[in-house]
Amino acid sequence: MTYIQGETGNWEVVIGLEVHAQIISKAKLFSGAATDFGSDPNSQVSFVDAAFPGMLPVINAFCVEQAVRTGLGLKAEINLVSVFDRKNYFYADLPQGYQISQFQQPVVGRGQLVLDLPDGSSRTVGITRLHLEQDAGKSIHDQHPTKTFIDLNRSGVALMEIVSEPDLRSAEEAGAYLRKLRSILRYLGTCDGNMEEGSMRCDCNVSVRRPGGELGTRCEIKNVNSIRFVQAAIDFEARRQIEVLEEGGTIVQETRLWDTTRLVTRSMRSKEEAHDYRYFPDPDLLPLELDPAWVEEIRRALPELPDEKKARFMADFKLSAYDANVLVNEKAKADYFEAVANGRDAKMAANWVTGELFGALNKAGREIEDSPVSAADLGALLDLIGDNTISGRIAKEVFEEMFATGAKPGDIVEKKGLRQVTDTGAIESAIDAVLAANADKVEEFRSGKDKLFGFFVGQTMKATQGKANPALVNEILTRKLKG
Amino acid sequence: MSALTRMTMAEALKGLAAREFTAVELTEAHVRAVEAARPLNAFITETPDKALEMARASDARRARGEAGPMDGLPIAVKDLFCTRDVLTTAASHILDGFHPQYESSVTTNLWRDGAVMLGKVNLDEFAMGSANITSYYGDVVNPWSPGDAGAWERRLVPGGSSGGSAAAVAARCALGATGTDTGGSIRQPAAFAGIVGIKPTYGRCSRWGIVAFASSLDQAGPMTRTVRDSAIMLRSMAGFDPKDSTSVDMPVPDFEAALTGDVRGLRVGIPREYRVDGMPAEIEAMWQRGVEWLKAAGAEPVEISLPHTKYALPAYYIVAPAEASSNLARYDGVRYGLRVEGGNLKEMYENTRGAGFGKEVRRRILIGTYVLSAGYYDAYYLKAQKVRTRIKQDFDAAFTRCDVILTPTAPSGAFAIGEKMDDPIQMYLNDVFTVPVNLAGLPGMSLPAGLGADGLPLGLQLIGRPFDEETLFRVGGVLEEAAQFTATPPFMA
Repeated sequence: MTYIQGETGNWEVVIGLEVHAQIISKAKLFSGAATDFGSDPNSQVSFVDAAFPGMLPVINAFCVEQAVRTGLGLKAEINLVSVFDRKNYFYADLPQGYQISQFQQPVVGRGQLVLDLPDGSSRTVGITRLHLEQDAGKSIHDQHPTKTFIDLNRSGVALMEIVSEPDLRSAEEAGAYLRKLRSILRYLGTCDGNMEEGSMRCDCNVSVRRPGGELGTRCEIKNVNSIRFVQAAIDFEARRQIEVLEEGGTIVQETRLWDTTRLVTRSMRSKEEAHDYRYFPDPDLLPLELDPAWVEEIRRALPELPDEKKARFMADFKLSAYDANVLVNEKAKADYFEAVANGRDAKMAANWVTGELFGALNKAGREIEDSPVSAADLGALLDLIGDNTISGRIAKEVFEEMFATGAKPGDIVEKKGLRQVTDTGAIESAIDAVLAANADKVEEFRSGKDKLFGFFVGQTMKATQGKANPALVNEILTRKLKG
Repeated sequence: MSALTRMTMAEALKGLAAREFTAVELTEAHVRAVEAARPLNAFITETPDKALEMARASDARRARGEAGPMDGLPIAVKDLFCTRDVLTTAASHILDGFHPQYESSVTTNLWRDGAVMLGKVNLDEFAMGSANITSYYGDVVNPWSPGDAGAWERRLVPGGSSGGSAAAVAARCALGATGTDTGGSIRQPAAFAGIVGIKPTYGRCSRWGIVAFASSLDQAGPMTRTVRDSAIMLRSMAGFDPKDSTSVDMPVPDFEAALTGDVRGLRVGIPREYRVDGMPAEIEAMWQRGVEWLKAAGAEPVEISLPHTKYALPAYYIVAPAEASSNLARYDGVRYGLRVEGGNLKEMYENTRGAGFGKEVRRRILIGTYVLSAGYYDAYYLKAQKVRTRIKQDFDAAFTRCDVILTPTAPSGAFAIGEKMDDPIQMYLNDVFTVPVNLAGLPGMSLPAGLGADGLPLGLQLIGRPFDEETLFRVGGVLEEAAQFTATPPFMA
């Protein structure tokens, strides 16, 4: 357990997250309007989205399918009957004056999510529920000195609200939860998980308590839009609450905002000022009834998810939990790895993918999807190592060239003449020359300075421009020096 | 006065088919009638040019042999239906200047079948009322007035909320009109104006494009001068609409074919709980007459019990305002209709909604907001929903013993403008026989059964099983035949 050290002892922070994930879908939850990000303001608005008189919502079956798929991906209960409710409040970017959401009977019930922690261990966190709801529009306050502009493009877009149990115990765990959730959503193709575009947003419920004690009063931090900020906001909020409590104060249940410039949370409204949303079943929509056979169909078509993939990678490729985590967290990375590893030394493939490739991508600020080195080419490079055409060291040089130019490894080896020397005669004469030129060092070696062996290897490789087969160099050097 | 405005829809269709007159002639006569009927304040918007254009198109279709089932029939549209490019107000100030860019599904169906629009008729604001006295566009006056026929006085309410529809049809300025019925808004004004009105089963007509009052109760229906005309008009209005999730995917029967005149062996339920205290003797007598007529036609009256009837009105006045409070939240001055500026957003809301909504609408928004709020939801809204289930069960049980239910439409005839105004409860009591039908989602029809002692029409209500409007038309036809209601209001255009 990670505790926070206060003035008066240890504190445990208790966190539950509510994630709003925008569903990948061409049309909105209850209207046929499009959902493309970055379109001109108010260009994707139907009369339903703008709440014109007499307009009625009609559920988009694909959005329901996406929610069910996500529920299944979270190993959750799928509720075959769920109900849409109206959440009533007034705001200029909420045209109906209510949001259609699911209150008492969500489409997805209890599920779980496995956290992959940095030390390679894992822990299961409970999912309370997932429900469908529509997004509001956007208020734009900075275009006019006295007026607010409203963009309704987002109004009515389908969201999944995914609520966790208060099972998280540190900002790091919250970060791990969000990364894992995002990974699952992306595997499923149900949400793109882009927090910076707002397609995944997070509300954090934070409280503190003495280790193992009664749960404290929680505060909710609304609409945090990056994993980094979620962690920072939780850390700040936990310390703020501890400070209040240690000074003899009490925590007031309230909604707080994360100030992204001052990096603090500040009060938005207290429980007393909280909206009374007057939830009631939306009379425009019938209860949502799902056919169990349809749910089964979606279940059967589920892709392999990160947890299963990780287990398979560990079993089939003998990877460590750490390597497996790194590889499965994005499906594209896992696919890339598998393409390289298949039929080859998996451990070596993992090292090359997580080491050289990810390092180079990171440095270049590129994603795996636009890697200049294809999985097939990286595999071909490993094959050149495997059949002794080049050494591992030369291979790194070849890889750099591949990454820079996109050329094929075989072509680079041929063009640059990097094929390693396996002709024992040639290596022997190179070694003879090295030993002759360093007679003093040979003496030192023979009188017990074993460490100099590496020096001779280095000199030999230098003399052969690195092309000598390292195993042969070792073998011949050993014979000559000890002989 | 023109003979063309005295016809029924069925007669007009025959005349048009026989080329005795054209749709343009029929429409011109009605356009003149609409003008002549202005003292009733039945219309909010008259659309004579549109009417004539539609009539010309109708004549052209008929000439090509492509006439639809309602081709050339001039009708009025309750101003709760959105009509493309035609001012749509819901009789509220808050929809000032609102010209929808879309057409409601029900009116789309009517125009598809050839009907001609004379204009948009008045109603209670957002359909909230039983007397058509809450309209921003003024009270509608009933073309009937007490006393000897021929001497019309501006005295009586037409009922509500479809008061403009009822007045327009009764005064012979339209062959029929669309209405909507949330708690009796078609049937009660039909009864007060001596015409026929049917609220079909919930889900029979699409609600798409109708300004919502209480979504789980609202249902559109026709208001006409005969049962047959209602059958003709409902057939055009009804039908599954994928744009309304509560519309039901069932074929629309040929309702006219149900008018067989044969009710032999049919069991007619008479609910004992509808004998309410203080009901005028003439209502009771008319109800009894209805029973006798059906018996004479070979039907079999059976006494039934609807034990939860007394809870219907309180449950209705929780459910309907609750839904309304949410449905009317969209009228906020941001996107369309009235906007009264303020220093900030909240002030703009308050100013706009304060000025835009009338007193009755504000009352219901307050009630609805209250019954949904934290701490009161269970005691009011949830309880009301449970009552609603009980009421449905009452009807289910009753329909194992009978095929149709006969009741009075309202506990009184039309009352005077100004009466019951200071006591909303008295006003709400008007809906006591109609509201249970909405709560249960059943079809209900009102038809004129005779005149009361003061010479005012009284209505009988028929209640049917879900989606069994055909039985209502069949029984309605027999009652209509027996009642021989030929009285006309003192005011006719």
